[in-house]
Amino acid sequence: MKRKSDKPIKITEVCLRDGSHVVAHQYTEEQVRSVTRALDDAGMHYIEVSHGDGLGGSTLQYGRSLVNEMKLIEVAAEECKNSKLAVLVLPGIGTAAELKQAHGLGASLVRVATHVTEADVSAQHISIARELGMETLGFLMMAHMAPVEKLVEQAKLMESYGAQAVYVTDSAGALLPDQVRERISALRESLDIEVGFHAHNNLSVAVANTLAAIEEGATRIDGSVRCLGAGAGNTQTEVLLAVLDRMGLNVGIDIYKMMDLAENVVGPLLPRPQDINRGSLVLGYAGVYSSFLLFAERAGKRYNVDPRDILLELGKRKVVGGQEDMILDVAAELSKAQKLGV
Amino acid sequence: MSKVKAAIIGSGNIGTDLMYKLERSDVIELTAMIGIDPESDGLKRAEERGYKVFSNGIQAIEENPDVADIFFDATSAKAHVRHAKVLRELGKLAIDLTPAARGPFFCPAINPGSNLTEQNVNMITCGGQATIPIVYAVNRVADVTYAEIVATIASKSAGPGTRANIDEFTITTKRGIEEVGGADQGKAIIILNPAEPPILMRDTIYCEVKNMDQEKISRSIAEMVETVKQYVPGYRMKQEPIFDENRVTVFLEVEGAGDYFPNYAGNLDIMTAAATRVAEDYARHMLSQPSK
Repeated sequence: MKRKSDKPIKITEVCLRDGSHVVAHQYTEEQVRSVTRALDDAGMHYIEVSHGDGLGGSTLQYGRSLVNEMKLIEVAAEECKNSKLAVLVLPGIGTAAELKQAHGLGASLVRVATHVTEADVSAQHISIARELGMETLGFLMMAHMAPVEKLVEQAKLMESYGAQAVYVTDSAGALLPDQVRERISALRESLDIEVGFHAHNNLSVAVANTLAAIEEGATRIDGSVRCLGAGAGNTQTEVLLAVLDRMGLNVGIDIYKMMDLAENVVGPLLPRPQDINRGSLVLGYAGVYSSFLLFAERAGKRYNVDPRDILLELGKRKVVGGQEDMILDVAAELSKAQKLGV
Repeated sequence: MSKVKAAIIGSGNIGTDLMYKLERSDVIELTAMIGIDPESDGLKRAEERGYKVFSNGIQAIEENPDVADIFFDATSAKAHVRHAKVLRELGKLAIDLTPAARGPFFCPAINPGSNLTEQNVNMITCGGQATIPIVYAVNRVADVTYAEIVATIASKSAGPGTRANIDEFTITTKRGIEEVGGADQGKAIIILNPAEPPILMRDTIYCEVKNMDQEKISRSIAEMVETVKQYVPGYRMKQEPIFDENRVTVFLEVEGAGDYFPNYAGNLDIMTAAATRVAEDYARHMLSQPSK
């Protein structure tokens, strides 16, 4: 495989963070322990553990965690012999206090996430994370919503605050391979730091997008085992590793062990198959934040509205990540309109 | 009728919007605007309207202490910590619109007329001014154990001060929910939305209560909305409160008066309208005291 970067590829497994959405944030200590242990044994580079909406995300807005994420981080840290422990923080939801606590428990990497046009809210958290000595990466979410020039401008801001890599985060799973190529290539040419890519598989192109990103020079790559992430999940880690191996790129993670843990350890955690159903397909099609799926399904049931109509309406209103409260509101409005026959 | 002299520190979005609000006051006379950037839009507008302008920050007040008796601080939390000290030494009243939280929290819909002896009062945050009255309204009839608020504002209405100090927003709002709203535990979330045309400020308030009584709670909330409307006419419920077991959810929309920023920036409006209210209470109080 031809790559436009000679730096090693570093994989971050996100099923214990992005997958938290799928299990409605009900992960137990034992589940986190066994998944982390198996991933560590397989040689995973980074393992991310946090509430699905990042540190401090356990709320009525996003769903409460069954177990305090700090406890889950502590448990995961105990199991990380070689893997590094990562956390996610969204300024506006999580604060420096939570970041410091997670760092104290053993998290050594943080992704500081903002909407793709709002990078300047990350300055405070990036600089605190660097002071703590954490590896600090920027995460530009809903990357499909901004033109390439805007993305570059925002990534440069994160670089100026001290981010050591910036991710193109396709939170809606809406980007197509050419669009990924264009974005990664633009960032690689404009930044002195590494570029990352985080996919969602809502349009079934997560692996294809990730390959395009790697070819263009992305070196920080996310995946979730069994697609255990919001919506239709992320790039399926064990599949990506097998494909990369076939393309001659060995990243140092044991593929057989990944296959086994996907089957035996992560498989039993799935509440339902992570295939692309009509709901997750609409997320990618309408460009809506992937964690909205379960909320739209619940709101649809409550107000007797088709969840697809809710998601399409949210897309039209250009709702950004974190606006889960809009879902009930939109569902109520649609239901009112249905009753009035408009 | 005589008026009390006031000045604004900070020539950003909030400071400039406040200038227009104070022009309408019958007890406050705005005299000056103090900034640090002579090229800022706020200072230019202040100068055009005939106010004294200074671009050397707090030094201007140290050099011209007689310019005003009331100082509104619309800079940033970090800057206010320094400003508060100077104003205290000069014996001036500080109305703090940053989340620095040096003085006691103030929300005009909840504690009108109190705190009139304090030298520094804090206006919490825009999200706090919009949501804490509702938490208070629910708490006074149903005892709130946990309240969580989500403030979503248009990206264009969030200035650099807000953006650089986002933790101060969430932490100060959380404290306000607990200390002024009366919730045993609070949590605040802020979201910036860049959609064009810009969205109106919207706020969602979730309360978990001990004594669920839908009718009482609905009535208390409706009364509170009317109280806030007195100083923020564009403050309204998006739909009736939703009740779910021990939980109440309220959806609000705040449309601004369109003074400096267009109507979507209800977050600026609620802050400056509330600050104007408290300053007027103080001014009336000062004017009623026999002169020294």
